[in-house]
Amino acid sequence: MSVLIYVESNKGGFKKTAFEAVTYGRKTADALGVPCVALVLGAAENAGSLGSYGASRVLQVQDAGLENFDSQVYANVIAQAAESVGAQVVVLSQTANGKALLGRLAVRLDAGSVSGAIALPDTKGGFRVRKSVFSGKAFAEYELGTEKKVISLAGNSIPVEQLGSPVAVEALSVDVPAPKVRLVEIKRIEGDIPLPEAELVVSGGRGMKGPENWGILEDLGKALGATLACSRPVADSDWRPHHEHVGQTGGVIRPNLYIAVGISGAIQHLAGVNNSKVIVVINKDPEAPFFKAADYGVVGDLFEVVPRLTEAVKKFKAS
Amino acid sequence: MKLLVCISKAPDTTAKISFSADNKEFNSAGVQYILNPYDEWYSLVRALELVEAQGGTVTVVNVGPAENDTLIRKALAIGANDAVRIDAQPLSAMFVAKQIAAYAKEQNFDAIFCGKETIDYNGAEVGPMLAEYLDLPFLSFANHLEFDGGKAKVSRDIGDGTEVVEVEMPFVLSAAKDLAEQRIPNMMGIMKAKQKPLQVVAPVDFQDKVKVTTYELPPAKTAVKLIDPENMDELVRLLHEEAKVI
Repeated sequence: MSVLIYVESNKGGFKKTAFEAVTYGRKTADALGVPCVALVLGAAENAGSLGSYGASRVLQVQDAGLENFDSQVYANVIAQAAESVGAQVVVLSQTANGKALLGRLAVRLDAGSVSGAIALPDTKGGFRVRKSVFSGKAFAEYELGTEKKVISLAGNSIPVEQLGSPVAVEALSVDVPAPKVRLVEIKRIEGDIPLPEAELVVSGGRGMKGPENWGILEDLGKALGATLACSRPVADSDWRPHHEHVGQTGGVIRPNLYIAVGISGAIQHLAGVNNSKVIVVINKDPEAPFFKAADYGVVGDLFEVVPRLTEAVKKFKAS
Repeated sequence: MKLLVCISKAPDTTAKISFSADNKEFNSAGVQYILNPYDEWYSLVRALELVEAQGGTVTVVNVGPAENDTLIRKALAIGANDAVRIDAQPLSAMFVAKQIAAYAKEQNFDAIFCGKETIDYNGAEVGPMLAEYLDLPFLSFANHLEFDGGKAKVSRDIGDGTEVVEVEMPFVLSAAKDLAEQRIPNMMGIMKAKQKPLQVVAPVDFQDKVKVTTYELPPAKTAVKLIDPENMDELVRLLHEEAKVI
């Protein structure tokens, strides 16, 4: 018996969400009293470092068929690894590719699954996992009665912890089927931390009045080290790219800090962001509904308040 | 070209979410239901555009009770050729995927479309589960799709960018924003929809593997702390010392 974590590698390295998944897997394994095994597919440097986050073994499969992501191939290989280590729980990261794998693995392993867990499982008298539902408007606790379970972990839900030390990487030999999906090209957004992983987010709405005014938000984002986001009308008007849209029909995020600038706070927008740990709202309209969901509010002209906040952040960082 | 579009029912985006007194069930009283936006706006519309340009049919499938027929008729009004309703109350993603797979297995669809996720349970699980049951490739979060002969070229959202891939038919795809533009059904479409075939089929046996035991609403926010707009140093201090987020 064991807990298996599929650790996503990205351009040969690991992101914070990968370390979160290992920590989550280790704590789940400890609660069940079984070993915690990490699985890496394809090329990755320093896979043994996953031991530091709690993996007691690290397995790696290297094969030309794993060079690019194909959910059918990856699910097949992860399922083989799960069987070889007798995994009763498989943990994934709730990333774009993790979402494509979760359902496939659940069917393959005949397992109960929860997509986007936000807390460690409750293993007292059963196995229950908490997740956010109704696009952030509520939470639900899922009971998994199956022998095998597959869980994906929502980003920024648990802190990464040092729970061990580096281990030797073991090569795992499995049959890798031929991929059916052929990669033509990848276009990555350079620079910013992707929104689902971001701890700090600065977001603009219609109150920004036009795309030409975004410089003040970019300055604030840069000063804080925050990722930029926007409301739906902003993305729909093509003021900002669609991947920045957060809300019920855009990205649902859970950063530590969400600064909403010139966003009124319609229910559909709140659904995507109200799991943020701290919300700051800057709006000139004191009646804006967003203030009801905010921890800190600034009633004022954003074109004056935002540059002032940027200066204050710079001063704080320099001190 | 024969396409299948999976459609589901979800509470309206403005619906106030509440639960029974024991927090064990969703309270549907007064809730307006809609077609899940990702299914209707992007998945269904792109399937229709492809069939309009290259010929073929679009079938929509829903797993749900008879009261869903109104929403299914809306999909027919938008332009789908026919509909299938698998007559069961779905309680889990795997149940839905199993039912659709059992139906689709015999039908030789060239491609099966789902929405990225439903806006109620946000699992994004039905598409990949369906693909696994049918042993087909799965392309998640498509924001652009073209058919060329027996092949499809798909651009998909990978979180920190997009990737463009090619795949032979048949396959399963999930639709993200940008795949198409929402269509509002017109009078002619609504009239025609009444005559279009809506077949009701019996579900296959399936035991749910997961169950929601309790729901919970987020804790009520304490009153907002208002900061003097002239004093942003104070806001930074509070974010650092009190909220401890910077």
